Amino acid sequence: MNDSLDPRINRLKLNKTDDPCKVEEGENWNVFEVFHQEKRGAHHEHVGCVHAPDAGLALVFAKEQFGRRKKCVNLWVVRSADILAFDVEDEDMFANNLEKTYRDASGFKVMEKINKFKAQAKPANDK
Amino acid sequence: MYGGGYIFEEPNRVQQREEQLHDDPEKLAAFEMRIANGEKIEPGDWMPAEYRRQLIRLIEQHAHSEVIGALPEGTWITRAPGFKRKLALIAKVQDEIGHGQLLYNAAETLGKSREAMINDLLSGKSKYSNVFNYPAETWADVTVIGFLIDAAAIVNQVANAKGSYGPYCRALERICYEESFHLKQGHDAFIELATGTPGQKAMLQDALNRWWQPIMHFFGPPDKVSGHSEKLMQWKVKMASNDDMRNQFLEAYVPKIRELGLTLPDPLLNKNEETGRWEYSDPDWDLFFEVIKGNGPCNKERLDVRKWAEEHGRWIRKALMKEGTFEKKAMPVA
Ligand SMILES: [Fe+2]
Ligand SMILES: [Fe+2]
Repeated sequence: MNDSLDPRINRLKLNKTDDPCKVEEGENWNVFEVFHQEKRGAHHEHVGCVHAPDAGLALVFAKEQFGRRKKCVNLWVVRSADILAFDVEDEDMFANNLEKTYRDASGFKVMEKINKFKAQAKPANDK
Repeated sequence: MYGGGYIFEEPNRVQQREEQLHDDPEKLAAFEMRIANGEKIEPGDWMPAEYRRQLIRLIEQHAHSEVIGALPEGTWITRAPGFKRKLALIAKVQDEIGHGQLLYNAAETLGKSREAMINDLLSGKSKYSNVFNYPAETWADVTVIGFLIDAAAIVNQVANAKGSYGPYCRALERICYEESFHLKQGHDAFIELATGTPGQKAMLQDALNRWWQPIMHFFGPPDKVSGHSEKLMQWKVKMASNDDMRNQFLEAYVPKIRELGLTLPDPLLNKNEETGRWEYSDPDWDLFFEVIKGNGPCNKERLDVRKWAEEHGRWIRKALMKEGTFEKKAMPVA
């Protein structure tokens, strides 16, 4: 009954039954986040995730999925469930970061003071 | 490929509209403001129930299209002409399956498990791009798929990559990078046949004739009949209208086909220089909906292969499971 053009499909003798196929919840394993390091000395950066039964296989799958092109020297995987993050709704706790100029090099104007001092000191030196 | 430009609608929309009514109007306004400002929405953010539902549907169908789309080409790996073509085809097919996984993960961040998505694919509840319900009869079909179907998919995916949902955009960024290789290797193989022997040219012209209608179907029904997409456009779930994407595709690729001395099986296909838009005969939309319903030449075969893979892969998936594999199962975080 199979009139497929696909030689592989004819060999498999598909269509034997019409029984529904159901994948059980959890059958696709657990989720791991993947971090990619492009070169030695660089940070590992989050690039996505893989499904795997354990961390060792997660690394194998991560190499296949995120390390098959372009430069890669190392990968990390960590179970998604083990990532602790702030609630995105709490984003406002970072809101005043940009106002903290006392934490920033740009908050200190030394040249203004030096120039002012030099301008005042000049007549005295000229004597 | 393969984000089918067209996302199929499910029948049970009434209940969803009810849910929509319960969205907090203040939160909804803030949400819409963020999108209007070009901000991305992330998994933990508040979002309207309908936005979540539509995104799951969109990303899930896109994921299925990648996986099912690899089947007509995958079967040609053993018969690819020459070592370089075989290597390129293996790489492309692996990319497509990888795209499927990236997209399943993006959809999972919205709360639907990969198992549930696969079950909905196998039961026929969830659709995939209609073009993959057609067979790849000869090697020329593979070059038409690699060149033109991937090109059409790129038009769609580049548009979607500017959408509002962060995880989907990030997956698409990576996908679009790989698609440029798919397109180039497809174009190269296509040109080789187009500039080859009379037999090769005839084989390619045949394949082009067969695929033209599915390609015209790719972006979905004309805007005048497809309807209710304003909200999806405002929410940046749908980024361009079906007709606009189709026009963009024709503008870029019809000249690339014709410059090789090939023809397209539509006497009305022509660019109207006054409007700047392409005109064409309406493809058979009744056929399109027939194929969506499951009555295309390969619908059953495609799902049978997926079922076969699930059933025959089950023993090894189970063998690899250890005690505690699912302790603390979570969805992807970003
Ligand atoms: Fe793809
Ligand atoms: Fe592709």
